[in-house]
Order: sequence, then C-alpha cells, then structure tokens
Amino acid sequence: MSNLIFLPIFIPLLTGVLCLACWRNTNWQKRITLAGSIIYLLTSFELLHQTLDQGYLVLQMGNWPAPFGISLVSDVLSAIMIVLTGIVSVAAAFYSMASVPNEHIRFGYFPLLHFLLVGVSGAFLTGDIFNLFVWFEVMLLSSFGLLTLGGERAQMEGAIKYVTINLFSSAIFLTAVGLLYGMAGSLNLADLAVKLPDATEDGMVNVLALLFMASFGIKAGVFPMFFWLPASYHTPLVAVSAVFAGLLTKVGVYALYRVFSLLFVGDTEFTHTLLLWIGILTMVTGVFGAAAQFEFRRILSFHIISQIGYMILALALFTPLALIGGVFYIMHHILVKTNLFLISGLTYQLTGTHDLGKMGGVYKHRPWLAVGFLISAMSLAGIPPLSGFFAKFVVIKAGVEASAWWATGFALLVGLLTLYSMIKIWNEVFWKKATPEIEAQVINKRLSFWMLMPVIMLATMTVSIGIWGEPLLQIAETAALQLLDSSGYINAVLGVN
Amino acid sequence: MEVVMAISIGLLFSGAFYMILRRSIIKLVMGLIILSNAANLVIFTVAGMTRADPPFLNEATKTASNTVADPLPQALILTAIVIAFGVLAFSVVLIHRAYEVVGTDDLDQMKDTDT
Repeated sequence: MSNLIFLPIFIPLLTGVLCLACWRNTNWQKRITLAGSIIYLLTSFELLHQTLDQGYLVLQMGNWPAPFGISLVSDVLSAIMIVLTGIVSVAAAFYSMASVPNEHIRFGYFPLLHFLLVGVSGAFLTGDIFNLFVWFEVMLLSSFGLLTLGGERAQMEGAIKYVTINLFSSAIFLTAVGLLYGMAGSLNLADLAVKLPDATEDGMVNVLALLFMASFGIKAGVFPMFFWLPASYHTPLVAVSAVFAGLLTKVGVYALYRVFSLLFVGDTEFTHTLLLWIGILTMVTGVFGAAAQFEFRRILSFHIISQIGYMILALALFTPLALIGGVFYIMHHILVKTNLFLISGLTYQLTGTHDLGKMGGVYKHRPWLAVGFLISAMSLAGIPPLSGFFAKFVVIKAGVEASAWWATGFALLVGLLTLYSMIKIWNEVFWKKATPEIEAQVINKRLSFWMLMPVIMLATMTVSIGIWGEPLLQIAETAALQLLDSSGYINAVLGVN
Repeated sequence: MEVVMAISIGLLFSGAFYMILRRSIIKLVMGLIILSNAANLVIFTVAGMTRADPPFLNEATKTASNTVADPLPQALILTAIVIAFGVLAFSVVLIHRAYEVVGTDDLDQMKDTDT
C-alpha cells in the first residue's frame, strides 16, 4: 500500500483545476504550470526510487481487495514511463511559456495540457483493463482539444482523421474488453493473467489478442494503421506536437508491452511472430515515408513510426535482452523525439517556415542550435556514443541472438536510412546557404530563453545517457525481468501482502 | 435471446463500418455513434443475460441466489455511454467547424495534410 502511486495522477489534475480557476489570468496559469510540472517530475523520481527499492508498489483504490476494486500498480516499467512523462511535461511547460500565443491560453491550453498528463499517467499506472480504457479516453479528449486549438484549416482536417481513427480504436478496445470479461469474468490485469491460461477456448484467446493488437496498434501507430499520425501531428502548435510525439504513441506501445507480456503469452508462436512482422514493416514503411517528405515535422512524424517499429520488434523477440533493449529504446526515443520537435519549433521561429526547401543558413548564425540538433539527430540515427547507439545495439544484438536474421537486417538498414533523413534536414535547414530574406530573419530574430532551455536540457540528457548509460541499462534490465516473469506482478496485486 | 442480440450486433457493426467508409462527414459521425452502441451491446450480451433476477441480497439470509444477473457489465456500459456521449459531442462540433473552415463535407476534399 502506498499513496505515492496516486500522486502522478493527482498532481496534474490539481494543476489543471487550478489553471481553470485562473481562467482569465494567463500569468498565473503559466506560474501554476511551471510549479505543477516540476513537482510532478520530482514526485516521479521518488516513485521510481521506491519502485526500484520494493519491486512493485500497489494501491487498491478505496481499499477494495484486488480482483474487485481498481488497483493502481507501479512496476519498474510504469515508473520509468512516469519519469519520462515528467521530463516531457517540464520541457513542454518551459517551451510553452514563450511559444504559446495568448489566444490559445485564453481558450484553455494549459488545463488541457495537464488533463492530458492525467490521462497518460493513469494509463501507465492502472492495473485494470477497463480503467485503462477510461484513462485512454481522458487522454484522447484532452488531445482532441489541444489538436484543434487555433482552428486553422490544416488542424481541422488533421483532427477529423485523428478523432475518427482514435474513436474507432476505442470501440475495438471496448469490444475486446467486453469479450474478455465474458470469457474470464474479471477485469483486473493480474487476475486475468491467472485466469486466462485456464480458458479453454484457445481460438478465442487469440481473437482477443488480435483485437487488442489492432486497438493498441492504432494508438501506437504501427503498420498498417499509422496513416493518421503524419496527417495530424504537424498541424498543432510545436509544443503540442512535441508532447504528442513524445508521449501519446508511447502509451500505445506501453499498453502493448503490458498486455503481451502479462495476458497473451500462451501462444507466442502466433502472436509474437505476428508482432515481429508488424515491427519490421512498421520500421521500413516509416523510414521510407520520411525519405519522401520535405516538411520538417512530417519527416519527424514518419520517424516516430519507424522508431515504434524497433520497440515492437523488441517486444516480439521476447527474450530478456530484447526487452531490455525495448525499454531502453523507449527511454531514449521519448527524449530525442521530443527534442527534435522542439528544435523544429525554434527553426520555425528563425525562418518562419517548416518547409525544408525555404530554410537555410541556421548553422552559420546559430551554431549552438545546430549542435543541439546534431546531437539529437545523430542519436536518433544511432551514432555512437549517443543514447540511440546503445538502444539500437541492444535490440540488434538480441535479434542476432534469437537468430531473427530478417529483423536484424532490416533494423540495420532502417538505421542507415534514418541517418539519410537526418542528414537531409541538416543540409537543408542548417548547412545550405539561405536566401537573403531568410538570412536577415535568422540574424535578427531573438530566441527566447524559455524555448532554448528545454532543448539544452534534453540534448544534455541524450549525451549523458550515451556516456553514463550503465545505470539506466540496469534499470531497464529490472523492468525487462519483471515483464518476463509475471508472477511477481500477480502476487503483488492479488495480495500476498 | 443471445442469438437475436448477436445478429443485431453484427448488423450494427456492419452498418457502422459502411457509414464510416462513406465520404460525407455527417455519415462518418453517424457511423461512429452506431459503432459505440454496438460495442456497448457486445459487453451487455457477452456478460450473460439473466432475466428477472436482480442482483440484490435476500433480506433475511443476507445471501444472493445463484442465478442473479451480473451488475458489473451494466456499470461498464454506463461508463462507456457517458464517455461516448462526451467524445461524440466533441466530434459533432468538430465536423461543423471543419465544414465551416474547409467549405465542404466531402472527406475526399480534405487531404491537404496528407501530402
């Protein structure tokens, strides 16, 4: 029993409500946002620390015993995700201080941002499958608001696709939850993990596995269900894109990790082989999609998809080493991807466009911004000694050990093509000589401290993960071992406590 | 009873898919509404349908009879209905706004963000 688990849900909720109370006073909303996100980050570190100490933290809501009430569970994977959420929220809060126009704040930008965090944290911490559905909806509804705030034409078109496909995936999820309840008679994840292997209808278990795979797969943006992502992620404000890119698809990935390590492990021959091919196809289509793009944020959006492929690949291999790689990959990816989106906002400030063809000359006048981009971009492509190298290295090594040659080959190829896309951005935005008008803008525009801060912070983290990666790999290892051996999770929740 | 429910759920799902695949955004939203109702009915049916045996304890013995209906699915459906109501209210406003901004209700015209 530990009330600490509830705090990552409660703090953003409180912050959001306080922001609502200061509806007209934008300055106070900003202060509350900064304070709330920093407190969230500190709490998340404490949560990770305690979870590492004790293995699992469990809170039965309202003191209802486990299979009947709703359990909140924090294992190491959940705690890691909460810490990453904290880091992204601090980065987004700082970035929003200077970059969000007042019209957006007046229509509830900050409350929506915090309610989004409520949904994300809830999804990471819940131990109940229907509760997971509810948190998904909390998250979705806030993200709809953030996506459409501003009401431009591109936003509306992107939002229609985003809303439709997400409601569709929610309906699949709900159907699957209903069928699961009809079959096993429980909604508690740990209880389901005990009861599902007893279920006699094997075919039905696989049908359920596929329904969950489809539903979470849409949210994670895997092949062939990713088309909504590059159609909508480049339309809202940069700070919003960065939060979406960092967190939202990863909630889908987290749900896949949770469900396919805890519930559907009876027929891995079928489910995980399918995941393997989904992972490979996701990597390849994502990276080729990016190669064809010429808009900064659309390139990055397609790269989210190809990176999701690596995480799914790691889950599909389902060996200890692969899961270590997968968890480590998620950590590295969230930091790097958020940072790249934030940098795209800075170059937009300087040049006034997201179109690669029109930009240029940033390196000449802003060398440090270029260095910040280079660190994140090279890390994404997997150049040593940055964080992405170790993430890719572990996943690929796991692929070799599992003799999954196709997967390994494609993973290497995709790494190379990622490098190509990143160099394309580097050449066009930073290296190329700019037209005189753009160059004048680049020289004259001032970049706000608030917007540079998170970029520096995230770039520093990327470098330090590369140099001092050992402790983080150990944490990832603990998380992976917990995923592989579900008995600890089950015992912790169902209470031998 | 289960057979009738199964067939009507199937019809609702196919109707919803048909509507979602149409080009008009109005029909798209109608499809989504039908879809969420179909999902609710799945929960209702799969959890077992018991007639005329409400889930109350016997007042004298403080025990339940063996055949009482399961109250949990109804709680789930109620939650899902409320959520679907909120989300669909949002999407109705969204398509109205999109219609105003883009000036068409044809989904095929809304592909500016795809290329």
